[in-house]
Amino acid sequence: MEPAARARGIIKTYGDVVALDGVDLDIGAGQVHGLVGPNGAGKTTLLGLLLGLATADTGTLEVLAPPVAGFVDGPGLYPTLTARQNLAALAALHREPTAGVDEALAEVGLTDVAGDRVRGFSLGMRQRLGLAAALLTRPRLLVLDEPANGLDPAGKRHVHRVIARLAADGVGVVLSSHRMDDLAELCSEVTLLCAGRVVFSGPVAKLAAEAGELGYGVLTSDEARAVAVASGTTGLRVAGTDPLVVRGPADALDDLVVRLVHAGVALRELAPVVSPLEAAFLALTGAEEAS
Amino acid sequence: MTTAYAPPEVAPAPLLPGLRFELVKLLSPWRVRLLLLACLVAPAAFVAVVSAQTSLPTDTVFGRWMHATGFAGSLVVLAFACSWGLPLLTSLVAGDVFAAEDRLGTWRHLLVAVRSPRRIFAAKALAALSVVVLLVVAIGLSSVLGGVLTVGAHPLVGLDGHTLGAGEAARTVLLAWLCVLPPTLALAAVGLLGSVVLGRSPMGLLLPAVLALTMNLVLLLPVPVPLRLALPSNAFLAWRGLFTEPAHTGPLLLGTAVSLFWAVLATALAYVLFLRRDFTDLAYDGAGRRAIAAAALPLAGLAGIGALAIGVLTPASGTGIEKAKVEASLATAYGHLYRLQAAQLHRPAVTEAQLAASADCDKGGTRVVDRGPGHDWRCVVSWHLPGTSAVGTAIYQLDVTAEGRYVADGDGPKEVNGNFWVRTPSGDAPNPLWQLDGYVDLLDD
Repeated sequence: MEPAARARGIIKTYGDVVALDGVDLDIGAGQVHGLVGPNGAGKTTLLGLLLGLATADTGTLEVLAPPVAGFVDGPGLYPTLTARQNLAALAALHREPTAGVDEALAEVGLTDVAGDRVRGFSLGMRQRLGLAAALLTRPRLLVLDEPANGLDPAGKRHVHRVIARLAADGVGVVLSSHRMDDLAELCSEVTLLCAGRVVFSGPVAKLAAEAGELGYGVLTSDEARAVAVASGTTGLRVAGTDPLVVRGPADALDDLVVRLVHAGVALRELAPVVSPLEAAFLALTGAEEAS
Repeated sequence: MTTAYAPPEVAPAPLLPGLRFELVKLLSPWRVRLLLLACLVAPAAFVAVVSAQTSLPTDTVFGRWMHATGFAGSLVVLAFACSWGLPLLTSLVAGDVFAAEDRLGTWRHLLVAVRSPRRIFAAKALAALSVVVLLVVAIGLSSVLGGVLTVGAHPLVGLDGHTLGAGEAARTVLLAWLCVLPPTLALAAVGLLGSVVLGRSPMGLLLPAVLALTMNLVLLLPVPVPLRLALPSNAFLAWRGLFTEPAHTGPLLLGTAVSLFWAVLATALAYVLFLRRDFTDLAYDGAGRRAIAAAALPLAGLAGIGALAIGVLTPASGTGIEKAKVEASLATAYGHLYRLQAAQLHRPAVTEAQLAASADCDKGGTRVVDRGPGHDWRCVVSWHLPGTSAVGTAIYQLDVTAEGRYVADGDGPKEVNGNFWVRTPSGDAPNPLWQLDGYVDLLDD
């Protein structure tokens, strides 16, 4: 895969605060790369560097597939202008030929409200318009900060489709999000930042494996008997009783299901309390212990 | 190991589309559109309505001539605008031009699109200054049109009593409006500075208005002339010197130069402080105290150096209001207005030379020094009665303001400077010698 951007040893400080501390990052063309981390981890700073909003104190950052477009800290639109005016003004700022305004609006499904002032737009519509603004330059590297923020399910699906299509066309996409389900659905690679340092970088599946032993919630027809059965299951540990939460390897969970059925207890639900990616996030950032 | 950082290199957006974008943004909010509409309509409506009243705003310079000519109405509007209207306009436009991006959270977005803080600053500054100029032009044209259409383009009596023909009056009125552009731009530049330094703070928005109000308060006091002339607000008053014969251009040129110095310095400070800003800092909410000091001290220094330079390079000293100047000014105005009165009363024509008017003034009695502003000036005007060797006298009470403008109120004899009406081509009007406006050039040696 051709690289779209590469960062090595990036350090960025604000006074005494170290926002990024020796960050390495590789984004491939056609790759959707997720950037996750707790608040204050340095995600927005890193995205800002990629967009050229600031310079790092030390380190190298190479954007190998220009132009770069995108947004950090919200889509940044002017509420007194219409959607079309916002995009038309931005398109006029570019020296290079841009995508058509109407084409960009259609891409994000906002053609019907092109003549409406952005003041009346919902957060989700603004996010989509922000994405349309980024698409105007036909970017080869797209940087998006929380692009699904405020989107309803239909809007989210629309934006995901756009991002997936761009990636399929060879555009490198870096997106930050706190929604692990979005990352799992969109990203092939993910970088986890914590206190300005990279604590994980690699395929999403590999991050999920970092989750370790997951907690599973067990919903049954008879909670008291289910707790007794779980307690007697070899290799399984009861982490909570109201509701019942167990931890253990997959074969022990299989055994629990069989034993519940034999005990005449109906099993209504057996699911991880948190998703594997979220569990990995909590484990790697130390948030689990903190909570 | 420390290595060089290599940000993505992209050519910045051209200036013209950036300027267009800023203009679109500035003119899109309803309050700015309403402001523009008000600037186009309100001055004309004001002049039309006030000119139709029996009672005129005689406490405002040229107010007493609003029945006589449409140009006087425009000058009344100009005087009002200079006091508070233009500072408020600059606050609303220039004081918000940078802060608006902070409020909307659009800085990063704009920077990604334009790719050059320098270009952003240039486009914003040009857009703000253009809109301010547009608003001033709108007020000026509206007031002139309102006056000319409702009262007519008649001759105008100047501040020394001489009559300007309609064409000359039109040119001088337009020149007066042009002369307030430099101080307006100076306040607009201060607005840019406030907007950059103070961000979303209401003080950032109001800085030009607050500064203008402070300077107006200073100008009301009998402060030394060099300090008065070193303040850009003085240029808002100096246009009055155009309405004398010959024109008092000294304060006007100095005011223009001071205003341009302020405009350049404030814009340069705003530029430097803007470029220092870190746009990735999400917690930014106005610059710190050091930046505020870095913005305020140079301007205060400019006022100080300006006052010093004017003090050294010009004959200005004290309050600039001296007995001899008041006497000369009143005598000149009296001579001109006597001619006008003679014409209105269909008396034989007389020239100023024949009248050889002179004045003898005293301020506050024998125990008070005859200098400085105050409403306790009392003058006796003497002149040679045409066709005789007799000398006529008339008494005036003068209220002289610190800026050099005065109102002379006739105190007898009644048939000379009393309150009676005369018939003029534009209708009945008060005796021109009853109450008159005058102007003392503070810079005159």
